[in-house]
Amino acid sequence: MSGQNVADKLFFGATVGFACLVLLILCGVIFSLVSGAAPALRTFGFGFLTSEVWNPVTEKFGAAVPIYGTLVTSIIAMIIGIPVSFGIAFFITELCPPILKRPLGIAIELLAGIPSIIYGIWGLFVLAPILQSTVQPFLINTLGNIPVIGNLFAGPPLGIGVLTAGIILGIMVLPFITSIMRDVFETVPPMLKESAYGLGATTWEVAWNVVLPYTRVGVIGGIMLGLGRAMGETMAVTFVIGNAHRIATSLMAPGATISSALANEFTEAVGDTYLSSLIALGFVLFVITFLVLTAAKIMLIRLQRQTGS
Amino acid sequence: MVMVQSFSTERYRRRRIVNRTVLALSIAATVFGLFWLAWILWTLLSNGIASINLQLFSQMTPPPGGKGGLLNAIFGSVLMTLVGTVAGTPIGILAGTYLAEFSYGNKFGQVIQFINDILLSAPSIIIGLFVYELLVVRMGHFSGWAGCVALAIIVIPVVVRTTVDMLNLVPNALREAAAALGTPKWKVITMISYRAALQGMLTGVMLAVARVSGETAPLLFTALNNQFWNTDLDRPMANLPVVIFQFALSPYDDWQQLAWGGALLITAAILLLNIVSRSLANLSNLK
Repeated sequence: MSGQNVADKLFFGATVGFACLVLLILCGVIFSLVSGAAPALRTFGFGFLTSEVWNPVTEKFGAAVPIYGTLVTSIIAMIIGIPVSFGIAFFITELCPPILKRPLGIAIELLAGIPSIIYGIWGLFVLAPILQSTVQPFLINTLGNIPVIGNLFAGPPLGIGVLTAGIILGIMVLPFITSIMRDVFETVPPMLKESAYGLGATTWEVAWNVVLPYTRVGVIGGIMLGLGRAMGETMAVTFVIGNAHRIATSLMAPGATISSALANEFTEAVGDTYLSSLIALGFVLFVITFLVLTAAKIMLIRLQRQTGS
Repeated sequence: MVMVQSFSTERYRRRRIVNRTVLALSIAATVFGLFWLAWILWTLLSNGIASINLQLFSQMTPPPGGKGGLLNAIFGSVLMTLVGTVAGTPIGILAGTYLAEFSYGNKFGQVIQFINDILLSAPSIIIGLFVYELLVVRMGHFSGWAGCVALAIIVIPVVVRTTVDMLNLVPNALREAAAALGTPKWKVITMISYRAALQGMLTGVMLAVARVSGETAPLLFTALNNQFWNTDLDRPMANLPVVIFQFALSPYDDWQQLAWGGALLITAAILLLNIVSRSLANLSNLK
């Protein structure tokens, strides 16, 4: 019997130990980023976050350009991703004939399964030339002439740039947001929907006035999760953004995101300050995505508590 | 009376038009989503199929402009994915076991679960930076081992998550029946819970493999690349994603062609893994 006791203790110890390892990984990530970023942060101080300079020759570095690029591409991705994801989730949960439900679900999962680098190579060789020859000239000629907004769509159509990166990110976050929206839409008790239908509501009215208010927290959680993904996405963006360290008002211009700067420059960085500045960029990205993902998770947990599942 | 009648039909018609428009838009959104999937797959197939030949699997990555294959990259990818998965899976399963079988929803368990979910969606490039600081800087050079560690760290949260989900599906009555016979807890878990959840856990591992085999960013900072045949994990190691990255962005046609071949190969493998693991999961749901 005591042998079994020992085995029980050992097994329990192993599971606790590895559960602690998960915590340790997170602590390790934070510690290594902070210690790696320390020299740069000590040199540049808080100015690192606001400075637009990125000059490896004079060893002056600031994070404003990549932070701006990360935010703008993610915003474009959300503008595309949120309505389309909502449409797909609405179709799957409310309209889709049952026989199509599974194949559609699988197709969405496959879209999520395609590696980021594939989106990148496709974006560079297929999407960017098409954008350059059709979509961008169209945007420049129409929206480009409107006074204030026009600045966003000015300049030559290069194909690559912030807009292209945003569009690809929008496609990439589709499956993540869609599958969460679908899951939370399915938590709505049928009774609620049926009573609305019983009052004569249309499918859309049920979705907008019953399903959406009931699942609001979860939907926002899903969107934030997608946002977290978009901000940290690396390879797809690296291929198409053009890696230029300056803030241009035009969305057609090349730019840089935190992750694209890291992927492009990290292995070629010489000098401690350069390397440390890149790690500091990584630390900034970690902090931003950590906050966004934490908020997303808290919202999804709140929905779970509310529905009691 | 007539007035009211006409007013309400007018209103009814508008509601119906709105409804129809939204339904049409949602169908359009679905088509829009599927369109990209089809387009990307078609691009890969039409550009990559020409490179899928014996040479691709039998020769090393060529010097700039030369002809060659991807053998060393394929080998490196398979090896590092394998080592990463073999190292990460038991860790993930045991950590998941604690959360599902021992924590009983205590604070510590909740915190671990929360952190795990964050790690699950955290940018993989951050993991790459972490392992770079942890191993590459200390060892003084890029290495296959560092690549394996980075991939293992990405595998762990995926496996933890599916293990927890699958163990939670195992009916408590099974555990209680075993416990009532005087079975010690570790036997209940390994002989009863694991067996009941086996297929689901296997799915989780396969999804983790699918996830890491396309990872590029973390390998860029750890395993880097190697133009030659190398089986020594202590040295920089070629791998498909990084080779695709370098070759696709190069100005040489031969290199770009190889990149397309590699892209097709990697996507086909990942999609196959996804489909197989999902049908496996459905099989276990049917039981």
